[in-house]
Amino acid sequence: MMLWETVIGLEVHVQLSTQSKIFSGAGTEFGAAPNTQACAVDLALPGTLPVLNEQALRFAIMFGLAMNAKIAERSVFERKNYFYPDLPKGYQTSQMDSPIVGPGLVDIELPDGTVKQVRLHHAHLEEDAGKSLHEDFHGQSGIDLNRAGTPLIEIVSEPDMRSAEEAVAYLKKIHSIVTYLGISDGEMSQGSLRCDANVSVRPKGEEKYGTRVEIKNINSFRFVEKAIKREVLRQTELIEDGGKVVMETRLYDPDKDETRPMRSKEEANDYRYFPCPDLLPVVVDTATIEQIRATLPELPDAKKARFIEQYGLSPYDAAVLTMERPIADYFEVVAAASGEPKLSANWVSGELAAKLNKENTRITNNPIQPEQLAGLIKRIVDNTISGKIAKQVFDAMWDGEGHVDTIIETRGLKQVSDTGALEKLVDDVLAFHPEQVEQYRAADDSKRKKLAGFFVGPIMKASKGQANPGIVNQILMKKLNG
Amino acid sequence: MSLHDRSLHELTIAEQLQALAAKKFSSEELTLHYLARIEKYDAQLNSYITITPELAIEAARAADAARATGTAGALAGIPLAQKDIFCTLGVRTSCASKMLDNFISPYNATVVEKFNAAGAVCLGKTNMDEFAMGSSNESSFYGPVKNPWNTDCVPGGSSGGSAAAVAAQLCAAATGTDTGGSIRQPAALCGITGLKPTYGRVSRYGMIAFASSLDQGGPMARSAEDCALLMNVMAGFDERDSTSVQRAVPDYTSVLNNSLEGLRIGLPKEYFNSGTDSGLTPEIERAVQTSIKELENLGATIKEISLPHTELAVPCYYVIAPAECSSNLSRFDGVRYGYRCTDPKDLFDLYSRSRDEGFGEEVKRRILVGTYALSAGFVDAYYRKAQQVRRLIQQDFVAAFNEVDVIAGPTTPSPAFKLGEKSSDPVTMYLEDIYTIAVNLAGLPAISLPTGFADNKPVGLQLIGNYFAEDKLLNVGHRFQQVTDWHRRTPALHKSGTGVRAA
Repeated sequence: MMLWETVIGLEVHVQLSTQSKIFSGAGTEFGAAPNTQACAVDLALPGTLPVLNEQALRFAIMFGLAMNAKIAERSVFERKNYFYPDLPKGYQTSQMDSPIVGPGLVDIELPDGTVKQVRLHHAHLEEDAGKSLHEDFHGQSGIDLNRAGTPLIEIVSEPDMRSAEEAVAYLKKIHSIVTYLGISDGEMSQGSLRCDANVSVRPKGEEKYGTRVEIKNINSFRFVEKAIKREVLRQTELIEDGGKVVMETRLYDPDKDETRPMRSKEEANDYRYFPCPDLLPVVVDTATIEQIRATLPELPDAKKARFIEQYGLSPYDAAVLTMERPIADYFEVVAAASGEPKLSANWVSGELAAKLNKENTRITNNPIQPEQLAGLIKRIVDNTISGKIAKQVFDAMWDGEGHVDTIIETRGLKQVSDTGALEKLVDDVLAFHPEQVEQYRAADDSKRKKLAGFFVGPIMKASKGQANPGIVNQILMKKLNG
Repeated sequence: MSLHDRSLHELTIAEQLQALAAKKFSSEELTLHYLARIEKYDAQLNSYITITPELAIEAARAADAARATGTAGALAGIPLAQKDIFCTLGVRTSCASKMLDNFISPYNATVVEKFNAAGAVCLGKTNMDEFAMGSSNESSFYGPVKNPWNTDCVPGGSSGGSAAAVAAQLCAAATGTDTGGSIRQPAALCGITGLKPTYGRVSRYGMIAFASSLDQGGPMARSAEDCALLMNVMAGFDERDSTSVQRAVPDYTSVLNNSLEGLRIGLPKEYFNSGTDSGLTPEIERAVQTSIKELENLGATIKEISLPHTELAVPCYYVIAPAECSSNLSRFDGVRYGYRCTDPKDLFDLYSRSRDEGFGEEVKRRILVGTYALSAGFVDAYYRKAQQVRRLIQQDFVAAFNEVDVIAGPTTPSPAFKLGEKSSDPVTMYLEDIYTIAVNLAGLPAISLPTGFADNKPVGLQLIGNYFAEDKLLNVGHRFQQVTDWHRRTPALHKSGTGVRAA
């Protein structure tokens, strides 16, 4: 059987979180009543003209700098001409031959911990279209132009990814960078970050690319992975069955887990690009670029390196913690307040992350303040509670039961380290299991450890989990061997 | 002649402003006077698409009140007309197209706002070629405009309604727009003064776009001095128009009387080849040469120059302008406003029938030409090549302005032609703009001044200036008009509409 190699390039659309639209003064808030955030310019009333939002330009430059990319000193807006009801002017103002962000390079973290470089082809500024609404209009379509004119950067990669996992890792990196920079809210569910994937396959070792298929508008990390895997399967099966991949645009249907061709146009679109005569070429001088560079926050890669260095974290832990800036920030407060960076990393990327996932919420809505979590970690370190009990306390804190010490106190969860009480406990358990004690004493050293472990469970259970495991172990050994 | 001996409409704007200040008459009286003239004569000329008497009287009263309290603006109480390409709040703005016959603009163009702020009175909206595409005003959905000097003839276009209304004194002055000669050519054909400013000098916001890189609004009036008064209000940077230029606006009236001693005037040899196939008629060439002598008498020196790429201007323009228009007019799709066909079968039908039924022949021709010029496989040979030619044409002018201050020549090769004479032959019609088009391609200012008559029809002298030299053009125009009276000639109007001749 032939071995196939997957080749993927992504086009990522990121909505920029500017106050107003890219070419008009209308607001950009998500979820407003239809057509309440569309002004004369957005409606393309006769005579209206675009004026570039400088914040959008600034955001695009910030992104370019974060991608180690070249910023064009002169970029040009062009018109992409086509008719569609939610495209009020009959053209989309975009950049084609002279985009604001030129070639760049970005590191992505693969699940196995290795790092791969993906080349950025370019990124350009453009305006979003409105939305066509086909439901609730009795066979007619409604048009909502609130989104029309929302600033976007379209980020185009080279076809450098070789698996769906790599594509997801790249998309996560883009998400991470734009949210770190604060230039987008990155809300995929609201369409703030959307992705088209160009997918092809070729026999392993072959240099020529296969025929690519574009999968449009994928709006979650999970669907990116599933859509690509499904499409790769479709293409390889097609070829192996003697068929040929045709260049086309397909849509991914997550409900059926399949890609299917988009409604075919009668003819291929000729967009008739030409420079928009209403907008002057955008000229950015080096001083401005350097000024913007100076305002960039610490980016994920730098933060990750610092976490490894400063907190002694593993590259994997550091990568997980720095993926999202609010998580990294949260971790740093916990680590500083507890003085226990490694334990803090475990708790933030372990228990807290699992809880957030389970409750389907995010760190910014997390009811546990980082100082509270640091308090909990301190109580583990000073042996007030065990790690296991700490999880109970954590849940109680999540449910708003108050300060860590209050919870330990009121629930009586304090760890028992009193040797007298624990000796009694151990004696009781051993007395209850005479046969196992005999077995232990008859066994040789190699088996003793395992046999001793039998008693720990019942002892801990008898202590309602509050016995200090270290002390229990010492007493148990003394009694069994003594 | 004292003010009392002349009818109100015979006064220039400068004179009207003086009289208003001296309380010789009120703006309301002046406005009613013009409205009565429109009522009386415009059925024949068809220079207005929409007349707004109530709004005009209201504005006139406001201007009179402002004058009484000493808060009058620069043009307080002066009755003007707006070309129907400028968006006017609450008033139909049709661009002379069926497509926008039902369009009531919800906002004012910047130019309209500025005139309102200056206290001017708007009498109504003037007729024009549909979407400003034409040189005869015959492509209007509202019917052709007649030339007040000879009603069998066209007034020129596209600002033909404004030119005819000013010439017939149905307003004190009017706005026009000029993409390839649409202010200057009708100004020449109707015997008035029209200024096309430097690209970027007057805001295009609210001025319905034909070809964005060429369109420029400007004044059409009965004298250079009146144009200067209008320019003082119209010109200036507008943050809503990215192509408007951030540059201080001079007082254009302050330099009107400067001496022309030492003024260097260039005569492009390419503009004066009477008898060859440029179509320049001997009468026009003679009238223009006579005027140039007049300027020499005022102290100017004359020099022959060359603009070697002149013959490429028309073909270059007829690629770039249609290309931009094909995109600019895409917004007229029957979805949000304007004309929509009845009972569309589907989306494609909605688009194609709304646009087919809503646009006239000339507009559709240019959309098709422009779409073709931008199409894959043709864009290099047409659109991009035309942009290269455009730079060559611009460089011709840059080189010429190293040697001279002003370039002079005819505005049009021939005087007003008969209605229907050229409408069946687009190329002949396009050649009407042979002397005006290059100026738009280069983005320069130019003025057309009445300079005599040919066949009893007015002739225009075109003066082209360097970038932002509107003040110089107005200065030359004003000095010329102090020693000539072509601009004071008026057509004899008849309510019934025949026997019009030069006074």
